[in-house]
Amino acid sequence: MTIAVPTVRVEDKLYQNRYLVDAGRPHIKVRPHKSPSPNLLALTRICPAKCYELNATGQVEIAADGCMECGTCRVLCEASGEITWDYPRGGFGVLFKFG
Amino acid sequence: MIEEKFDAIVVGAGMAGNAAAFTMASCGLKVLQLERGEYPGSKNVQGAIMYAHMLEKIIPDFRDDAPLERHLVEQRFWMMDNTSHAGIHYRSDDFNEAKPNRYTIIRAQFDKWFSRKVREAGATVLCETTATELAYDTAGKVVGVRTDRAGERILADVVVLAEGVNGLLGTRSGLREMPKPETVALAVKEMHFLPEELIEQRFGLKGNEGCVIEAAGTISRSMTGLAFLYTNKESISLGIGCLVSDFAATMESPYVLLDAFKNHPSVRALIAGSEVKEYAAHLIPEGGYKAVPQLFGDGWVVVGDAAQLNNAIHREGSNLAMTSGRIAGEAIVQIKGRNLTASKKNLALYKTMLESSFVLKDLRKHKDMPALLHTNSHTWFMTYPQLISLAAQNLVRVDGTPKLEKEKATTAAYIAARSRWGLVRDALRLAFAWR
Repeated sequence: MTIAVPTVRVEDKLYQNRYLVDAGRPHIKVRPHKSPSPNLLALTRICPAKCYELNATGQVEIAADGCMECGTCRVLCEASGEITWDYPRGGFGVLFKFG
Repeated sequence: MIEEKFDAIVVGAGMAGNAAAFTMASCGLKVLQLERGEYPGSKNVQGAIMYAHMLEKIIPDFRDDAPLERHLVEQRFWMMDNTSHAGIHYRSDDFNEAKPNRYTIIRAQFDKWFSRKVREAGATVLCETTATELAYDTAGKVVGVRTDRAGERILADVVVLAEGVNGLLGTRSGLREMPKPETVALAVKEMHFLPEELIEQRFGLKGNEGCVIEAAGTISRSMTGLAFLYTNKESISLGIGCLVSDFAATMESPYVLLDAFKNHPSVRALIAGSEVKEYAAHLIPEGGYKAVPQLFGDGWVVVGDAAQLNNAIHREGSNLAMTSGRIAGEAIVQIKGRNLTASKKNLALYKTMLESSFVLKDLRKHKDMPALLHTNSHTWFMTYPQLISLAAQNLVRVDGTPKLEKEKATTAAYIAARSRWGLVRDALRLAFAWR
């Protein structure tokens, strides 16, 4: 038996958070690819802000506006060069009210 | 822009950075602290439990004005399957003491308070400033940092890297390796607000008393993980974390795990009717002693989560962060006081002092625990919790089955799941890793 969980909408969770988005300067970029590695593909499921999505032609894309800067994707995919990861400029990004 | 030279630059304003900056500034050193967030705490996430003893060593009278939520009088450890929990609860009126031992805190508020103390001690704190690179002299010694603000590099005798578990500066500069997926956990957390009196009713608390629940079991879906529920004054911090390598292998979604934990019958009633005001995610160092990197070099030291100084077995992190920051600060003050340079040889003092503190002693004691739990996660986080629940239910359910038959059934279930030899081996492995 598993625990019944209503459909989880990450967007609703992120909506509670405060962000100062640095428009036009995303702090994470995905390297162009034909098909994603297992780790890159895993990010579509395990990124806690659901920033990574698979597009219609099978590539992983990122929209980093809701990023909480945890670094999970960096730990999994930076060394291979599949993503580049920088901090947002000072003052930008997620601003935890409680942390 | 800043052109003067500092005795020390501290990168980051979390527990470790604040402890280091406070310690050095209090002793008269000229300290610059850089924080990339809008305010100290705006990038920091913790459960959070704060240990008084370690803060007393830095700010003895912190209880006068620090934003503390509740002092803990009860600790619950739960072993969960999908419908049950078996628990060890410890509650003591002894924790209602004049100077309580453990408090829940809310990091954004606490870090602002700590940072105010750092500024009052005389340090310069510069927020909204990301340190982007280390600056070196021709001999390869770290002599300062560059930031994302326009201008020259900022110079200092020593740089204290308190940049957190996901610190870019030290890893990009090759001072330490980036954390590996199997040495960090990803934790997600929500803040659930409830009226104060409702929290006190549900947990049997009065006044500022608080309760902590830490839970392992099928909720982590056979991954190495832990869930937690901490009572604050008028909110409950609730979350779950598992190893990043396990997340990558299983492709489980952390938010799904979090909502499953919230909907567990043992948890649901505790948070019913709450208003969620924040959702956070953060990495936790889990590698233990074997993952601790080189801690010092020419012109630099690394402290706190950035140095993997986290005791995952005892779920202690902020106290190791605070203590390593304080000790690094004290070592630097001593070096400065003897008119020595911040060379690698002299900064080895920090490591020596840390070795004789609880920080590295505790981590060394449990050095084999991460490997044990991380490589047998299904056994420890799925099989045993289910067996414990089965045994407990068999014990308490009265259905006319003779007790001897019940006990035989329980024993048979354990042997079927792990085999006789397997049970002995698991017990020995746990005992050896723990000792």
